[in-house]
Amino acid sequence: MTSSRAVAPMRDVVVIGAGPAGLAAAVTAATAGLDVALVDAGRRPGGQYYRHHAAETGGLHHGWDAFVRLRDALDRLTYLPGHRVWHVEDGFTVHALAGDRDERPVRIDARSVIVATGAYDRSLPFPGWDLPGVLTAGGAQALLKGDRVTAGERIVVAGTGPFLFPVATGLAGAGATVVGVFESNRPYGFARHLARHPGKAWEGAGYAAALARHRIPYRTGHAVVAAHGDGRVEAVTVARLDRDWAPVDERVIECDTVAVGYGFTPQLEIPLHLGCATRVDTDGSPVVAVDVAQRTNVPGVYAAGETTGVGGAQLSLVEGELAGLAVAEAAGGIAPDPAHVSRLLARRRRLRAFAEAMHEAYPVRPGWMGRLNDDTLVCRCEEVTRGRLAEATGLGATDPRSAKLLSRAGMGWCQGRVCGYATSWLTATACGRSPGPDDLLAAARRPIAQPVRLRDLADD
Amino acid sequence: MTEIVFEGRPVPFEPGQSIGAALTAAGIRSWRTTRFGGRPRGLFCGIGVCFDCLITVNGRPSLRACMVEARPGDVVEGGGPDA
Repeated sequence: MTSSRAVAPMRDVVVIGAGPAGLAAAVTAATAGLDVALVDAGRRPGGQYYRHHAAETGGLHHGWDAFVRLRDALDRLTYLPGHRVWHVEDGFTVHALAGDRDERPVRIDARSVIVATGAYDRSLPFPGWDLPGVLTAGGAQALLKGDRVTAGERIVVAGTGPFLFPVATGLAGAGATVVGVFESNRPYGFARHLARHPGKAWEGAGYAAALARHRIPYRTGHAVVAAHGDGRVEAVTVARLDRDWAPVDERVIECDTVAVGYGFTPQLEIPLHLGCATRVDTDGSPVVAVDVAQRTNVPGVYAAGETTGVGGAQLSLVEGELAGLAVAEAAGGIAPDPAHVSRLLARRRRLRAFAEAMHEAYPVRPGWMGRLNDDTLVCRCEEVTRGRLAEATGLGATDPRSAKLLSRAGMGWCQGRVCGYATSWLTATACGRSPGPDDLLAAARRPIAQPVRLRDLADD
Repeated sequence: MTEIVFEGRPVPFEPGQSIGAALTAAGIRSWRTTRFGGRPRGLFCGIGVCFDCLITVNGRPSLRACMVEARPGDVVEGGGPDA
Protein backbone atom coordinates (compact mmCIF):
# COMPACT_ATOMS: atom_id res chain seq x y z
CA MET A 1 0.00 0.00 0.00
CA THR A 2 1.24 3.45 -0.88
CA SER A 3 1.75 5.68 2.12
CA SER A 4 4.02 8.47 3.15
CA ARG A 5 6.21 6.04 5.09
CA ALA A 6 6.54 3.25 2.52
CA VAL A 7 8.80 3.42 -0.52
CA ALA A 8 6.51 4.29 -3.39
CA PRO A 9 7.16 3.41 -7.03
CA MET A 10 8.09 6.18 -9.47
CA ARG A 11 5.26 6.37 -12.01
CA ASP A 12 5.61 7.59 -15.58
CA VAL A 13 2.69 9.93 -15.06
CA VAL A 14 0.18 10.90 -12.39
CA VAL A 15 -3.16 12.25 -13.60
CA ILE A 16 -5.06 14.47 -11.16
CA GLY A 17 -8.81 14.30 -11.65
CA ALA A 18 -10.97 11.47 -13.04
CA GLY A 19 -13.51 13.50 -14.99
CA PRO A 20 -13.74 13.28 -18.79
CA ALA A 21 -10.29 14.87 -19.39
CA GLY A 22 -8.44 12.93 -16.69
CA LEU A 23 -10.03 9.59 -17.60
CA ALA A 24 -9.22 10.04 -21.29
CA ALA A 25 -5.64 11.12 -20.49
CA ALA A 26 -4.98 8.30 -18.05
CA VAL A 27 -6.48 5.55 -20.20
CA THR A 28 -4.69 6.81 -23.33
CA ALA A 29 -1.30 6.90 -21.57
CA ALA A 30 -1.84 3.51 -19.93
CA THR A 31 -2.98 1.93 -23.21
CA ALA A 32 0.24 3.18 -24.80
CA GLY A 33 2.13 1.24 -22.12
CA LEU A 34 2.96 3.82 -19.46
CA ASP A 35 2.76 3.24 -15.70
CA VAL A 36 -0.09 5.58 -14.77
CA ALA A 37 -1.65 6.63 -11.45
CA LEU A 38 -5.03 8.37 -11.59
CA VAL A 39 -5.88 10.30 -8.41
CA ASP A 40 -9.39 11.60 -7.78
CA ALA A 41 -11.32 13.11 -4.88
CA GLY A 42 -14.57 11.44 -5.92
CA ARG A 43 -15.84 8.10 -4.71
CA ARG A 44 -16.59 6.94 -8.27
CA PRO A 45 -14.89 7.88 -11.56
CA GLY A 46 -16.42 10.41 -13.93
CA GLY A 47 -15.96 13.78 -12.24
CA GLN A 48 -18.91 16.16 -12.24
CA TYR A 49 -20.08 15.46 -15.81
CA TYR A 50 -20.29 11.67 -15.47
CA ARG A 51 -21.20 11.78 -11.78
CA HIS A 52 -23.41 8.76 -11.23
CA HIS A 53 -25.25 6.63 -8.73
CA ALA A 54 -23.75 3.30 -7.69
CA ALA A 55 -26.39 1.49 -9.79
CA GLU A 56 -26.31 3.90 -12.77
CA THR A 57 -27.06 2.62 -16.25
CA GLY A 58 -26.67 5.91 -18.12
CA GLY A 59 -30.23 7.24 -18.38
CA LEU A 60 -29.32 10.70 -17.05
CA HIS A 61 -26.19 11.10 -19.15
CA HIS A 62 -25.23 12.17 -22.65
CA GLY A 63 -22.26 10.23 -23.98
CA TRP A 64 -22.52 7.48 -21.39
CA ASP A 65 -20.99 4.92 -23.80
CA ALA A 66 -17.77 6.95 -23.98
CA PHE A 67 -17.61 6.91 -20.19
CA VAL A 68 -18.22 3.16 -19.95
CA ARG A 69 -15.37 2.49 -22.40
CA LEU A 70 -13.00 4.57 -20.27
CA ARG A 71 -14.21 3.11 -16.97
CA ASP A 72 -13.78 -0.43 -18.28
CA ALA A 73 -10.15 0.40 -19.14
CA LEU A 74 -9.25 1.51 -15.59
CA ASP A 75 -7.73 -1.91 -14.85
CA ARG A 76 -4.79 -0.87 -17.05
CA LEU A 77 -3.68 1.68 -14.47
CA THR A 78 -3.60 2.47 -10.74
CA TYR A 79 -6.86 4.25 -9.98
CA LEU A 80 -7.00 5.98 -6.58
CA PRO A 81 -10.54 7.23 -5.79
CA GLY A 82 -11.29 9.19 -2.62
CA HIS A 83 -7.90 10.92 -2.68
CA ARG A 84 -7.90 14.67 -2.13
CA VAL A 85 -4.73 16.23 -3.52
CA TRP A 86 -3.55 19.14 -1.38
CA HIS A 87 -0.07 19.76 -2.77
CA VAL A 88 2.19 18.80 -5.67
CA GLU A 89 5.96 19.20 -5.31
CA ASP A 90 8.28 19.78 -8.24
CA GLY A 91 9.81 16.66 -9.54
CA PHE A 92 6.93 15.40 -8.96
CA THR A 93 5.41 14.30 -5.69
CA VAL A 94 1.65 14.42 -5.25
CA HIS A 95 0.45 14.70 -1.64
CA ALA A 96 -3.09 13.53 -1.00
CA LEU A 97 -5.38 12.57 1.85
CA ALA A 98 -7.24 9.31 1.33
CA GLY A 99 -10.61 8.38 2.81
CA ASP A 100 -13.72 10.43 3.49
CA ARG A 101 -13.62 10.25 7.29
CA ASP A 102 -10.49 8.54 8.59
CA GLU A 103 -8.00 10.40 6.47
CA ARG A 104 -4.52 9.02 5.87
CA PRO A 105 -1.71 10.78 4.02
CA VAL A 106 -0.59 9.31 0.69
CA ARG A 107 2.22 10.36 -1.64
CA ILE A 108 2.60 9.46 -5.30
CA ASP A 109 5.87 10.05 -7.16
CA ALA A 110 5.84 10.50 -10.94
CA ARG A 111 8.00 11.87 -13.74
CA SER A 112 5.13 13.88 -15.25
CA VAL A 113 1.78 15.29 -14.20
CA ILE A 114 -1.46 15.78 -16.11
CA VAL A 115 -3.70 18.34 -14.38
CA ALA A 116 -7.39 17.63 -15.03
CA THR A 117 -8.96 19.17 -11.94
CA GLY A 118 -12.03 20.54 -13.73
CA ALA A 119 -14.22 23.40 -12.61
CA TYR A 120 -16.93 24.30 -10.14
CA ASP A 121 -19.99 26.57 -10.25
CA ARG A 122 -19.40 30.29 -10.51
CA SER A 123 -21.63 31.95 -7.91
CA LEU A 124 -22.94 35.49 -7.73
CA PRO A 125 -24.29 36.61 -4.36
CA PHE A 126 -27.78 38.07 -3.87
CA PRO A 127 -29.85 38.83 -0.77
CA GLY A 128 -30.87 35.53 0.83
CA TRP A 129 -28.45 33.36 -1.18
CA ASP A 130 -27.22 31.72 2.02
CA LEU A 131 -30.67 30.47 3.03
CA PRO A 132 -30.87 26.66 3.14
CA GLY A 133 -32.56 25.56 -0.07
CA VAL A 134 -30.41 27.79 -2.29
CA LEU A 135 -27.91 25.49 -4.03
CA THR A 136 -25.57 25.87 -6.92
CA ALA A 137 -26.94 24.45 -10.17
CA GLY A 138 -24.06 21.95 -10.10
CA GLY A 139 -24.94 21.00 -6.53
CA ALA A 140 -28.54 20.20 -7.47
CA GLN A 141 -27.25 18.20 -10.44
CA ALA A 142 -24.73 16.32 -8.27
CA LEU A 143 -27.46 15.34 -5.81
CA LEU A 144 -29.61 14.07 -8.65
CA LYS A 145 -26.94 12.21 -10.64
CA GLY A 146 -24.81 10.96 -7.77
CA ASP A 147 -27.42 10.29 -5.08
CA ARG A 148 -30.75 10.18 -6.94
CA VAL A 149 -32.14 12.85 -4.65
CA THR A 150 -34.10 15.83 -5.95
CA ALA A 151 -32.93 18.96 -4.12
CA GLY A 152 -36.54 20.01 -3.39
CA GLU A 153 -40.15 19.82 -4.52
CA ARG A 154 -40.79 23.27 -6.04
CA ILE A 155 -37.60 24.39 -7.69
CA VAL A 156 -36.51 27.57 -9.45
CA VAL A 157 -33.52 27.18 -11.79
CA ALA A 158 -31.60 30.38 -12.54
CA GLY A 159 -28.32 31.88 -13.67
CA THR A 160 -26.79 31.75 -17.10
CA GLY A 161 -25.53 29.22 -19.61
CA PRO A 162 -26.69 26.03 -21.34
CA PHE A 163 -26.01 23.99 -18.17
CA LEU A 164 -29.34 25.24 -16.78
CA PHE A 165 -31.14 22.99 -19.34
CA PRO A 166 -29.96 19.58 -18.10
CA VAL A 167 -30.41 20.73 -14.50
CA ALA A 168 -34.04 21.77 -15.05
CA THR A 169 -35.05 18.83 -17.23
CA GLY A 170 -33.25 16.33 -14.98
CA LEU A 171 -35.06 17.58 -11.88
CA ALA A 172 -38.43 17.60 -13.65
CA GLY A 173 -37.80 14.12 -15.03
CA ALA A 174 -37.14 12.91 -11.48
CA GLY A 175 -40.52 14.24 -10.31
CA ALA A 176 -39.76 17.73 -8.98
CA THR A 177 -41.86 20.71 -10.04
CA VAL A 178 -39.57 23.14 -11.85
CA VAL A 179 -41.37 26.46 -11.50
CA GLY A 180 -39.24 28.15 -14.13
CA VAL A 181 -35.82 28.57 -15.69
CA PHE A 182 -34.56 32.16 -15.52
CA GLU A 183 -31.69 32.78 -17.92
CA SER A 184 -30.09 36.19 -17.37
CA ASN A 185 -28.84 36.56 -20.94
CA ARG A 186 -30.74 36.73 -24.21
CA PRO A 187 -28.54 34.42 -26.26
CA TYR A 188 -30.31 34.81 -29.62
CA GLY A 189 -27.14 34.63 -31.70
CA PHE A 190 -26.13 31.33 -30.19
CA ALA A 191 -28.55 29.30 -32.32
CA ARG A 192 -26.45 29.73 -35.46
CA HIS A 193 -23.46 28.19 -33.67
CA LEU A 194 -25.64 25.28 -32.66
CA ALA A 195 -26.49 24.76 -36.34
CA ARG A 196 -22.81 24.06 -37.04
CA HIS A 197 -22.67 21.36 -34.37
CA PRO A 198 -25.28 18.73 -35.18
CA GLY A 199 -24.61 16.78 -31.97
CA LYS A 200 -25.13 19.82 -29.78
CA ALA A 201 -28.17 20.96 -31.79
CA TRP A 202 -29.72 17.52 -31.25
CA GLU A 203 -28.98 17.74 -27.53
CA GLY A 204 -30.50 21.26 -27.43
CA ALA A 205 -33.63 20.07 -29.24
CA GLY A 206 -33.95 17.29 -26.68
CA TYR A 207 -33.89 19.78 -23.82
CA ALA A 208 -36.41 22.06 -25.54
CA ALA A 209 -38.77 19.10 -25.94
CA ALA A 210 -38.28 18.09 -22.30
CA LEU A 211 -38.98 21.65 -21.10
CA ALA A 212 -42.19 21.66 -23.15
CA ARG A 213 -43.22 18.19 -21.97
CA HIS A 214 -42.85 19.20 -18.32
CA ARG A 215 -44.44 22.63 -19.01
CA ILE A 216 -41.39 24.44 -17.63
CA PRO A 217 -41.33 28.14 -18.53
CA TYR A 218 -37.93 29.25 -19.89
CA ARG A 219 -37.44 33.03 -19.57
CA THR A 220 -34.42 34.79 -21.01
CA GLY A 221 -33.40 38.20 -19.64
CA HIS A 222 -34.64 37.23 -16.15
CA ALA A 223 -32.85 36.52 -12.88
CA VAL A 224 -33.45 35.57 -9.28
CA VAL A 225 -32.45 38.77 -7.45
CA ALA A 226 -33.42 37.80 -3.88
CA ALA A 227 -34.44 34.73 -1.88
CA HIS A 228 -36.83 35.00 1.06
CA GLY A 229 -37.74 32.77 3.96
CA ASP A 230 -37.45 32.10 7.66
CA GLY A 231 -34.64 29.58 8.10
CA ARG A 232 -35.15 28.19 4.58
CA VAL A 233 -36.19 29.39 1.15
CA GLU A 234 -39.92 30.02 0.81
CA ALA A 235 -39.94 32.38 -2.18
CA VAL A 236 -37.72 34.28 -4.59
CA THR A 237 -37.94 37.64 -6.29
CA VAL A 238 -37.48 37.26 -10.04
CA ALA A 239 -36.66 40.37 -12.07
CA ARG A 240 -36.77 41.11 -15.76
CA LEU A 241 -33.37 42.54 -16.64
CA ASP A 242 -32.10 45.19 -18.97
CA ARG A 243 -29.00 44.57 -21.10
CA ASP A 244 -26.64 45.27 -18.20
CA TRP A 245 -28.70 43.13 -15.80
CA ALA A 246 -30.31 45.99 -13.91
CA PRO A 247 -33.86 45.00 -12.83
CA VAL A 248 -36.72 46.44 -14.88
CA ASP A 249 -39.65 44.91 -13.00
CA GLU A 250 -40.04 42.25 -10.34
CA ARG A 251 -42.37 39.56 -9.10
CA VAL A 252 -42.32 37.06 -6.23
CA ILE A 253 -42.53 33.31 -6.87
CA GLU A 254 -43.08 30.69 -4.18
CA CYS A 255 -40.61 27.80 -4.11
CA ASP A 256 -38.68 25.65 -1.65
CA THR A 257 -35.45 25.37 -3.63
CA VAL A 258 -33.30 27.49 -5.93
CA ALA A 259 -30.61 25.98 -8.18
CA VAL A 260 -28.46 28.84 -9.41
CA GLY A 261 -25.24 28.99 -11.45
CA TYR A 262 -23.46 31.57 -13.59
CA GLY A 263 -21.07 29.36 -15.51
CA PHE A 264 -17.97 27.70 -14.09
CA THR A 265 -14.63 28.58 -12.55
CA PRO A 266 -11.66 26.36 -13.44
CA GLN A 267 -9.85 24.83 -10.45
CA LEU A 268 -6.34 26.23 -10.80
CA GLU A 269 -4.61 25.80 -7.41
CA ILE A 270 -2.35 22.93 -8.49
CA PRO A 271 -1.14 24.38 -11.82
CA LEU A 272 -0.55 27.71 -10.05
CA HIS A 273 1.53 25.93 -7.34
CA LEU A 274 3.58 24.35 -10.09
CA GLY A 275 4.22 27.73 -11.72
CA CYS A 276 2.15 27.12 -14.85
CA ALA A 277 1.54 30.21 -16.97
CA THR A 278 -2.04 31.28 -17.53
CA ARG A 279 -3.95 33.04 -20.27
CA VAL A 280 -7.26 34.89 -20.22
CA ASP A 281 -10.15 32.89 -21.67
CA THR A 282 -13.03 34.38 -23.70
CA ASP A 283 -15.12 34.66 -20.51
CA GLY A 284 -12.38 36.67 -18.77
CA SER A 285 -11.32 33.74 -16.55
CA PRO A 286 -7.66 32.96 -16.08
CA VAL A 287 -6.98 29.43 -17.39
CA VAL A 288 -3.84 27.31 -17.84
CA ALA A 289 -1.97 28.16 -21.05
CA VAL A 290 -1.16 25.00 -23.07
CA ASP A 291 0.39 24.31 -26.44
CA VAL A 292 -0.82 22.07 -29.23
CA ALA A 293 0.10 18.95 -27.19
CA GLN A 294 -1.57 20.19 -23.95
CA ARG A 295 1.88 20.97 -22.49
CA THR A 296 2.12 23.83 -19.99
CA ASN A 297 5.23 25.99 -19.83
CA VAL A 298 6.54 23.82 -16.95
CA PRO A 299 8.43 20.80 -18.30
CA GLY A 300 6.59 17.57 -17.50
CA VAL A 301 3.31 19.29 -16.59
CA TYR A 302 0.30 18.96 -18.90
CA ALA A 303 -3.24 20.27 -18.49
CA ALA A 304 -6.50 19.17 -20.09
CA GLY A 305 -10.20 19.89 -19.79
CA GLU A 306 -11.84 22.80 -17.98
CA THR A 307 -8.54 24.02 -16.42
CA THR A 308 -7.46 25.11 -19.92
CA GLY A 309 -10.78 26.90 -20.57
CA VAL A 310 -14.34 25.84 -19.77
CA GLY A 311 -15.66 24.02 -22.81
CA GLY A 312 -17.61 20.95 -21.74
CA ALA A 313 -17.14 17.21 -21.63
CA GLN A 314 -16.63 16.55 -25.36
CA LEU A 315 -13.73 19.00 -25.52
CA SER A 316 -12.32 17.59 -22.29
CA LEU A 317 -12.29 14.06 -23.74
CA VAL A 318 -10.35 15.27 -26.79
CA GLU A 319 -7.87 17.30 -24.73
CA GLY A 320 -7.35 14.42 -22.33
CA GLU A 321 -6.57 12.04 -25.18
CA LEU A 322 -4.12 14.54 -26.70
CA ALA A 323 -2.38 14.96 -23.33
CA GLY A 324 -2.19 11.18 -22.89
CA LEU A 325 -0.65 10.76 -26.36
CA ALA A 326 1.84 13.58 -25.70
CA VAL A 327 2.97 12.05 -22.40
CA ALA A 328 3.30 8.63 -24.04
CA GLU A 329 5.55 10.14 -26.68
CA ALA A 330 7.65 12.20 -24.24
CA ALA A 331 7.95 9.59 -21.50
CA GLY A 332 7.81 6.37 -23.47
CA GLY A 333 9.00 7.31 -26.95
CA ILE A 334 5.73 6.02 -28.35
CA ALA A 335 4.90 8.00 -31.48
CA PRO A 336 1.16 8.52 -32.02
CA ASP A 337 -0.62 7.90 -35.32
CA PRO A 338 -0.35 11.27 -37.13
CA ALA A 339 -3.71 10.88 -38.88
CA HIS A 340 -5.43 10.24 -35.55
CA VAL A 341 -3.71 13.25 -33.97
CA SER A 342 -4.80 15.57 -36.78
CA ARG A 343 -8.39 14.34 -36.41
CA LEU A 344 -8.22 15.11 -32.68
CA LEU A 345 -6.72 18.55 -33.33
CA ALA A 346 -9.47 19.40 -35.82
CA ARG A 347 -12.08 18.28 -33.33
CA ARG A 348 -10.46 20.34 -30.56
CA ARG A 349 -10.44 23.45 -32.80
CA ARG A 350 -14.12 23.04 -33.60
CA LEU A 351 -15.17 22.42 -29.99
CA ARG A 352 -13.01 25.29 -28.72
CA ALA A 353 -14.68 27.64 -31.22
CA PHE A 354 -18.05 26.44 -29.95
CA ALA A 355 -16.98 27.11 -26.35
CA GLU A 356 -15.90 30.64 -27.27
CA ALA A 357 -19.26 31.30 -28.90
CA MET A 358 -20.94 29.98 -25.73
CA HIS A 359 -18.92 32.28 -23.48
CA GLU A 360 -19.79 35.25 -25.71
CA ALA A 361 -23.49 34.38 -25.62
CA TYR A 362 -23.60 33.87 -21.83
CA PRO A 363 -21.46 36.60 -20.20
CA VAL A 364 -21.80 38.02 -16.68
CA ARG A 365 -23.01 41.64 -16.77
CA PRO A 366 -22.30 44.22 -14.03
CA GLY A 367 -25.94 44.74 -12.99
CA TRP A 368 -25.77 41.78 -10.55
CA MET A 369 -23.87 44.00 -8.11
CA GLY A 370 -26.91 46.26 -7.78
CA ARG A 371 -28.80 43.40 -6.09
CA LEU A 372 -26.60 43.49 -3.02
CA ASN A 373 -27.55 45.46 0.07
CA ASP A 374 -25.02 46.53 2.71
CA ASP A 375 -26.02 43.53 4.84
CA THR A 376 -25.92 40.95 2.00
CA LEU A 377 -23.24 38.32 2.60
CA VAL A 378 -20.53 38.14 -0.02
CA CYS A 379 -18.24 35.67 1.78
CA ARG A 380 -20.37 32.89 3.24
CA CYS A 381 -17.59 31.33 5.34
CA GLU A 382 -16.46 34.43 7.22
CA GLU A 383 -19.87 36.11 6.93
CA VAL A 384 -18.44 39.23 5.30
CA THR A 385 -21.14 41.55 4.01
CA ARG A 386 -20.98 43.83 1.04
CA GLY A 387 -20.89 46.73 3.53
CA ARG A 388 -17.75 45.39 5.21
CA LEU A 389 -16.10 44.78 1.87
CA ALA A 390 -16.89 48.38 0.88
CA GLU A 391 -15.35 49.61 4.17
CA ALA A 392 -12.16 47.70 3.35
CA THR A 393 -12.02 49.33 -0.06
CA GLY A 394 -12.60 52.71 1.61
CA LEU A 395 -9.61 52.01 3.88
CA GLY A 396 -7.42 51.63 0.83
CA ALA A 397 -7.85 47.96 -0.10
CA THR A 398 -7.90 48.45 -3.85
CA ASP A 399 -6.48 45.06 -4.81
CA PRO A 400 -7.94 41.62 -4.02
CA ARG A 401 -5.21 40.67 -1.54
CA SER A 402 -5.62 43.77 0.62
CA ALA A 403 -9.40 43.51 0.42
CA LYS A 404 -9.14 39.92 1.67
CA LEU A 405 -6.79 40.80 4.53
CA LEU A 406 -8.85 43.77 5.68
CA SER A 407 -12.33 42.31 5.30
CA ARG A 408 -11.55 38.57 5.78
CA ALA A 409 -13.56 37.80 2.61
CA GLY A 410 -12.11 34.57 1.20
CA MET A 411 -10.20 33.63 4.37
CA GLY A 412 -12.56 30.92 5.59
CA TRP A 413 -12.93 27.21 4.90
CA CYS A 414 -13.46 27.48 1.15
CA GLN A 415 -10.51 29.85 0.73
CA GLY A 416 -12.45 32.16 -1.55
CA ARG A 417 -13.56 29.54 -4.05
CA VAL A 418 -17.18 30.62 -3.70
CA CYS A 419 -16.79 34.40 -3.18
CA GLY A 420 -13.52 35.05 -5.07
CA TYR A 421 -15.19 35.92 -8.35
CA ALA A 422 -17.72 38.28 -6.73
CA THR A 423 -15.11 39.86 -4.44
CA SER A 424 -12.88 40.56 -7.45
CA TRP A 425 -15.73 42.31 -9.26
CA LEU A 426 -16.84 44.31 -6.21
CA THR A 427 -13.33 45.46 -5.28
CA ALA A 428 -12.40 46.39 -8.84
CA THR A 429 -15.69 48.19 -9.44
CA ALA A 430 -15.37 50.18 -6.20
CA CYS A 431 -11.97 51.32 -7.49
CA GLY A 432 -13.47 52.40 -10.80
CA ARG A 433 -12.04 49.62 -12.98
CA SER A 434 -13.29 46.42 -14.58
CA PRO A 435 -12.13 43.20 -12.90
CA GLY A 436 -9.12 41.97 -14.87
CA PRO A 437 -7.28 38.64 -14.93
CA ASP A 438 -4.98 39.78 -12.10
CA ASP A 439 -7.99 40.33 -9.84
CA LEU A 440 -9.30 36.85 -10.64
CA LEU A 441 -5.88 35.18 -10.43
CA ALA A 442 -5.36 36.64 -6.96
CA ALA A 443 -8.61 34.93 -5.95
CA ALA A 444 -7.45 31.60 -7.45
CA ARG A 445 -4.11 31.42 -5.61
CA ARG A 446 -4.19 29.33 -2.45
CA PRO A 447 -1.29 28.11 -0.32
CA ILE A 448 -2.72 24.60 -0.21
CA ALA A 449 -5.30 23.06 -2.50
CA GLN A 450 -7.42 21.47 0.26
CA PRO A 451 -7.77 22.08 4.00
CA VAL A 452 -5.38 19.75 5.85
CA ARG A 453 -4.73 19.11 9.50
CA LEU A 454 -1.49 20.52 10.88
CA ARG A 455 -0.46 17.01 11.85
CA ASP A 456 -0.56 15.90 8.20
CA LEU A 457 1.57 18.87 7.19
CA ALA A 458 4.03 17.99 9.95
CA ASP A 459 4.12 14.28 8.94
CA ASP A 460 5.09 15.16 5.41
CA MET B 1 -30.17 -1.52 8.81
CA THR B 2 -29.79 1.25 6.28
CA GLU B 3 -30.30 4.16 8.59
CA ILE B 4 -28.16 6.84 10.10
CA VAL B 5 -29.09 8.68 13.28
CA PHE B 6 -29.35 12.45 12.97
CA GLU B 7 -29.70 14.23 16.30
CA GLY B 8 -31.38 11.19 17.80
CA ARG B 9 -33.77 10.54 14.93
CA PRO B 10 -33.39 7.72 12.39
CA VAL B 11 -32.87 8.83 8.78
CA PRO B 12 -32.94 6.20 6.01
CA PHE B 13 -30.42 6.16 3.18
CA GLU B 14 -29.69 4.18 0.03
CA PRO B 15 -26.29 2.50 -0.20
CA GLY B 16 -23.82 4.85 -1.89
CA GLN B 17 -25.57 8.04 -0.84
CA SER B 18 -23.76 10.85 0.93
CA ILE B 19 -24.91 11.89 4.39
CA GLY B 20 -25.92 15.27 2.94
CA ALA B 21 -28.07 13.56 0.31
CA ALA B 22 -29.75 11.32 2.91
CA LEU B 23 -30.60 14.33 5.09
CA THR B 24 -31.91 16.31 2.08
CA ALA B 25 -34.06 13.37 0.97
CA ALA B 26 -35.54 13.31 4.50
CA GLY B 27 -36.47 16.99 4.18
CA ILE B 28 -33.68 18.19 6.48
CA ARG B 29 -32.24 21.27 4.76
CA SER B 30 -29.84 22.62 7.39
CA TRP B 31 -27.76 21.13 10.20
CA ARG B 32 -25.48 23.78 11.56
CA THR B 33 -25.44 27.48 12.33
CA THR B 34 -22.72 29.98 11.53
CA ARG B 35 -20.26 31.41 14.05
CA PHE B 36 -21.24 35.08 13.90
CA GLY B 37 -24.77 35.40 12.62
CA GLY B 38 -26.10 32.03 13.81
CA ARG B 39 -27.42 31.46 10.28
CA PRO B 40 -28.62 27.97 9.32
CA ARG B 41 -26.57 26.14 6.71
CA GLY B 42 -26.85 22.91 4.74
CA LEU B 43 -25.87 21.88 1.21
CA PHE B 44 -24.80 24.64 -1.17
CA CYS B 45 -22.19 23.52 -3.73
CA GLY B 46 -22.82 19.80 -3.24
CA ILE B 47 -19.38 18.85 -4.61
CA GLY B 48 -16.97 19.52 -1.75
CA VAL B 49 -15.95 23.06 -2.64
CA CYS B 50 -17.84 25.39 -0.27
CA PHE B 51 -17.63 23.69 3.18
CA ASP B 52 -21.08 25.02 4.10
CA CYS B 53 -22.36 21.53 4.88
CA LEU B 54 -19.91 20.70 7.69
CA ILE B 55 -21.18 18.00 10.01
CA THR B 56 -20.00 15.75 12.86
CA VAL B 57 -20.01 12.00 12.16
CA ASN B 58 -19.42 9.55 15.03
CA GLY B 59 -17.76 12.32 16.99
CA ARG B 60 -15.47 13.42 14.18
CA PRO B 61 -16.17 17.11 13.49
CA SER B 62 -15.87 19.29 10.38
CA LEU B 63 -16.59 16.68 7.72
CA ARG B 64 -18.36 17.67 4.54
CA ALA B 65 -21.81 16.07 4.46
CA CYS B 66 -21.76 16.10 0.65
CA MET B 67 -18.54 14.06 0.52
CA VAL B 68 -18.99 11.47 3.29
CA GLU B 69 -20.81 8.31 2.25
CA ALA B 70 -23.44 7.24 4.78
CA ARG B 71 -22.80 3.99 6.65
CA PRO B 72 -25.40 2.08 8.65
CA GLY B 73 -25.58 3.34 12.23
CA ASP B 74 -23.57 6.53 11.68
CA VAL B 75 -24.35 8.97 14.46
CA VAL B 76 -24.60 12.36 12.82
CA GLU B 77 -24.82 15.70 14.53
CA GLY B 78 -24.95 19.20 13.14
CA GLY B 79 -23.96 21.91 15.46
CA GLY B 80 -23.99 25.45 16.54
CA PRO B 81 -21.25 27.98 16.16
CA ASP B 82 -17.82 26.54 15.38
CA ALA B 83 -19.22 23.15 14.42
